[in-house]
Amino acid sequence: MKPVAFDYVRPASISEACRLLAADDGARIIAGGQTLIPLLAMRLARPARLVDIARIPELAFIRDDADGVRIGSMTRQCVAERDATAARKLPLLAKALPWVGHPPTRQRGTIGGSIANGDPAAEIPLVAVTLEAVITVQDAVGIAEIAAGEFYLGPMITALADDGIVTEVRFPAWDSGRVGTGFHEISARSSDFAFVAAAAQVALDAGGCCTALAVGIGGAGDTPVRLEALSEALVGSHLGETEVRDAVAAACSDLETADDLHASAAYRKRVAATLARRAILDARDEAVGGRHAG
Amino acid sequence: MRVDLHVNGGTVGVDVEPRCTLLDCLRDEIGLKGTHAGCEHGVCGACTILVDGEPARSCLMLAVQADGHTLTTIEGLSPGPGELSVLQDAFCEAHGLQCGYCTPGMILAAHALLARTLAPTRADIVAAISGNLCRCTGYGQIIEAIALAAERLRGANVGMGGTRR
Repeated sequence: MKPVAFDYVRPASISEACRLLAADDGARIIAGGQTLIPLLAMRLARPARLVDIARIPELAFIRDDADGVRIGSMTRQCVAERDATAARKLPLLAKALPWVGHPPTRQRGTIGGSIANGDPAAEIPLVAVTLEAVITVQDAVGIAEIAAGEFYLGPMITALADDGIVTEVRFPAWDSGRVGTGFHEISARSSDFAFVAAAAQVALDAGGCCTALAVGIGGAGDTPVRLEALSEALVGSHLGETEVRDAVAAACSDLETADDLHASAAYRKRVAATLARRAILDARDEAVGGRHAG
Repeated sequence: MRVDLHVNGGTVGVDVEPRCTLLDCLRDEIGLKGTHAGCEHGVCGACTILVDGEPARSCLMLAVQADGHTLTTIEGLSPGPGELSVLQDAFCEAHGLQCGYCTPGMILAAHALLARTLAPTRADIVAAISGNLCRCTGYGQIIEAIALAAERLRGANVGMGGTRR
């Protein structure tokens, strides 16, 4: 459990980090290190050089602006978990964060690190895909924005180039109607990797009619997915139990689920539908309970 | 690489390879053997310390990442030589330990919780130590020990005094 020897550099700016990554094929970013350091310890990762982005001040922020809430990639998960803006404007992220690892890993782990790592069972990518967040990446050539739905290509495989850095994630904030959220997850033990997770956010008008709905499933397949068909089926309804159950069953019927030691594909598919239904109904009840957006 | 660590109220300068974990640095370079090496890849929590007052796994940090940060290890909790903190004493009294291997990590995780609130619910306590494995106690007495310490600290009105940072 000792890493191989490597070089270590600590750039002071994003552009300096980009130059370091572009100049060296063996260079790899370290942010919070909560995934990378175990890989180093087991020698599954053998980078020649680590580029530590933790001290780049422009990467740690939470800002509320017209486009939503922008979270800098080096923002620690525990900071986002306790942030008043995130709690108010991004209730789904706030609900999901306590499920991420354990308190000591959230103290070091970062929002951007989880986004860039792309673990199919990770909660932060699930919330990003569910809410249609936009991920900003930068490399030595320039800056690009990638929709979360297009960022995840496979398990731990993303659209991020080897010499690119995730600099921020912009989560849309829902500003109208009564907003509620639901989050459910099944794992072997609390806070272990999810076999399946479901996230839902709904907005209701004054009469209880659904005006917006976002539902995502994580852990089930190679990447987190947003169930687009559910938004089409349920917006305009009152989210009654039967119509939610039927719509979820239809939306999950062609869900691609993984088969492994922990759970079969059929189990994951069944659980995905159950958790999605519970998440939507929880979100509806929370919205009915009078939680106002903004 | 030269690294300055603020450990338990003092500052220590060490020269470490970048690949040296903070855990190995604390134990082998600085000689603070109270931080226990368990799984060494972030599963068991035995190496938990406080970084800037918050619990972190020292096997999941490189010593170079901790440069300039404030660290508290189990050695920093005792109010004086041969004395125990209220929390440490509660672990003894409630039989919150058997073999003792997980104990420093458990106590630091619990210390961070009690620094935030002296009225934790059982769920708060369970969440705070959820990243720490114990193979002896079955956890029940650990939870009781932390609740006992919280009760005593509430009564004593001394907060989490005794931490040297």
